[in-house]
Amino acid sequence: MTEHTTSSEHKSNPLNEAAKFIRRIYWRDYVVYITFLIVFVLFSIGLANKGFLTPNNLLNIFRQTATTAVMAVAMTFVLASAEIDLSVGAVAGLASVTTALIIGQYGLWAGIIAGLMTGLLVGLLNGFLVTKIGIPSFLVTLGMQGIATGVAMWVTHTAPVPIANTTYTFIFGQGNVGLLPTLLLWTSIALIVGHICLKHTPYGRQTLATGGNETAARYSGINTKRIKYITFIIMSVTAALAGMLYAGRLRSGRFQWGQGDELSVIAAVVLGGTSLFGGKGSVVGTIFGAILIGLINNGLSLMGLESSQQMIVRGAIIIMAVALTGRKPQS
Amino acid sequence: MAANGFSEGSVACFYYEAIICAFRRKAEGFWKMGSNIVEMRSITKEFNRIPVLEQVNFELRKGEVHALLGENGAGKSTLMKILCGVYQPDGGEIRIQGNPVKFDSSNESRASGIAMVFQEFSLIPSLTVAQNIFLMQEARNRFGLFDDHRDERRALGLLQEMGVEIDPRLTVSQLSTGYRQLTEIATALSKEARILILDEPTASLTHTETLALFKLIRRLKERGISIIYISHRMEEIFQIADRITVLRDGRNVITDEIKNLTIHRIIEHILGHKAAQEVKRTGQSLDRSGQPLLEVRNLTCAPAVNNISFNLHAGEVLGIAGLMGSGRTELLQAIFGIHPIKSGEVRVKGEKIKVDGARASMCAHIALIPEDRRFQGLILTHSIRDNFVLPLITLQRLLRRNLFVDDRKGNSLADSYLRKLQIRSDSIFKEVRFLSGGNQQKVVIAKWMSTEPDILLMDEPTAGVDIGTKSEIIEMIRQLASERKGVIIVSSEINELLLVSDRILVMRKGQVSQELDRSEIHSEEKLHAILQGA
Repeated sequence: MTEHTTSSEHKSNPLNEAAKFIRRIYWRDYVVYITFLIVFVLFSIGLANKGFLTPNNLLNIFRQTATTAVMAVAMTFVLASAEIDLSVGAVAGLASVTTALIIGQYGLWAGIIAGLMTGLLVGLLNGFLVTKIGIPSFLVTLGMQGIATGVAMWVTHTAPVPIANTTYTFIFGQGNVGLLPTLLLWTSIALIVGHICLKHTPYGRQTLATGGNETAARYSGINTKRIKYITFIIMSVTAALAGMLYAGRLRSGRFQWGQGDELSVIAAVVLGGTSLFGGKGSVVGTIFGAILIGLINNGLSLMGLESSQQMIVRGAIIIMAVALTGRKPQS
Repeated sequence: MAANGFSEGSVACFYYEAIICAFRRKAEGFWKMGSNIVEMRSITKEFNRIPVLEQVNFELRKGEVHALLGENGAGKSTLMKILCGVYQPDGGEIRIQGNPVKFDSSNESRASGIAMVFQEFSLIPSLTVAQNIFLMQEARNRFGLFDDHRDERRALGLLQEMGVEIDPRLTVSQLSTGYRQLTEIATALSKEARILILDEPTASLTHTETLALFKLIRRLKERGISIIYISHRMEEIFQIADRITVLRDGRNVITDEIKNLTIHRIIEHILGHKAAQEVKRTGQSLDRSGQPLLEVRNLTCAPAVNNISFNLHAGEVLGIAGLMGSGRTELLQAIFGIHPIKSGEVRVKGEKIKVDGARASMCAHIALIPEDRRFQGLILTHSIRDNFVLPLITLQRLLRRNLFVDDRKGNSLADSYLRKLQIRSDSIFKEVRFLSGGNQQKVVIAKWMSTEPDILLMDEPTAGVDIGTKSEIIEMIRQLASERKGVIIVSSEINELLLVSDRILVMRKGQVSQELDRSEIHSEEKLHAILQGA
């Protein structure tokens, strides 16, 4: 199965050679770009008369996917370190609530800090339970999901908390800088910072090493627990930021913002070529994965499908995209 | 835990049925063909046109313990794998009970009553002892469902017959290694095995567990079960074996009754002509008067390092000899900070270092080339380059603007080490899992040499690598010594230790039992004898 001999060994048949080359490409890494292209072209042709290609619609896609995309960047690190975080959606909801409440009472800066502190607190807790106590991250964050949502419902009595501060709503969601929505800028920042962190900083490389083989990473001097701890903190703070973006876009904080997002976030990351088993990840792929999901949502609703039908088609496309790449080659 | 202690002859008649079932069912008519239960004649086997076994004969009598001895690579395990049906011989014949057989798979061999007992790997940890013993042959109740209670009774009967007191309701994960092994033997017996192959069965056993195992082996002998016993521990061979067969370089050397032999005679047979040779090394006079490079004082570290002290001087190669499980690997890991140390201290150039995680030791210019390169040394799915730069990243020696990884420098460093160590790969971006064992080992070595360590700890650096790479590694160790670095090398291959070491520490049961200077060791044979505690 894994015949990775040097290409000079079999010069006999150029066709054979080409077939071998194609087989050798790790399709899993590129599936997101190929699928993105196919879906985009199909929608452009099929939905041309429904306004798919209008700038406004395209920018809308970015607006709608910003929160998922931002969370997915941090989730790339979590999955690359061979852990998982299921609490991100709930943390986003909780952060939207704390931000909205504090802004109403103490103003803009206090609100922003309160939102980020919410994420920091959850991240510290998640990281502590996973790395120090040794509970699997799946269970810790599943529990945290309930706790975060519960707290958000409790403090607000399940009611939305409106945000009147226009500076806040401008920065975190509603505004445009020139022609570009601020949400697109947030996505871009996440992409650039995330990509550089993962590929070009010691932290990112140590995260990949930890997920690739934790024992070997430890033997190479990496404090793998510390790396995972940091990753959980970054994840929760980023989820809180996403919650604040929800709050800005929807001019309110509510426990429901972000509910269920963990699944589309993880789907975006995996679609983008990051391994669920750790050791491998791409932030660029993740962003494309997140936007691809937004693209599909947008196209399907332009087609006039009901949300129930959208869910079915979306699920099928994700399964197909990953399945088409075949099984992961094993060593 | 109930799985301890050892009962003798506690056979309740309640379990009589189970005993019959396990040992006697096919007894009649099964043993009619003379006393040799296994005969292997002129077995020949090649791998890639390299002969591994040449005309090897082996026979096993009913009810005997026959020790199979030889160095690593002598062909013992190939011979046993042929007997188990894992490999098919290129020539020769196998007779079981006098009947010629041909095993195309391990299932066929098992059906003939042959069972190989692995150390612990073939048990399922989350299932109970009884469930493991009767896996795939579970008792069923009248509804056709598994009857755990009946299996537990059957298992208890079987274990009591073996003279082993293990509660069959315990899950295997609750058992110590020794009892797992006994469970494994029970599993083999429940399948009516008549021939047991035990491969280094005592390697990870404590003293009491070893005694328990020996007691069981004697009982099984009385029941007419034949045992092939592979071990490097001579004292055990003399305690338990009736006969021995020695293989060397894929050929028979001797088969004889143990009572006709001595430890020294056996070691001579195992080593062959090499024993006669005086081992030479182009040595240099070492100055051990100054400040030692590394001082280890009363180092104790659970589970296997107990109050160890020694010095290592600049330019010295210190060999550590010991049998499997003697604590040699754990000693290196303790110095490198992999396991938390209980007491004692480590000083580098006179300064006490904090032994806490590998990074602290790396900062003190210590490097460890670990025993298991695939599991501890490398991230197999990452590229050569990514594996190579990892320690440099950890040590923050590969930074651009104090923040980013300097990949350009990393690439050129990786490239230069690729050439220097002659790693055969077309690119530094190839995933290491696609490299051969020898080349993988070179990547591990390159990765640690790049940190420019003063003290290099090497754990079995030549295990599983080809001859060419082996001599390159030996050469490299000498080179390091001549550059005034210190090297500690652990190896199971005595001749390799003698080839490079200035001094040898012999470890037994977590302690240094002897310290030998080069000048005191005149032959490989002598060191073997010391290792065996003779």
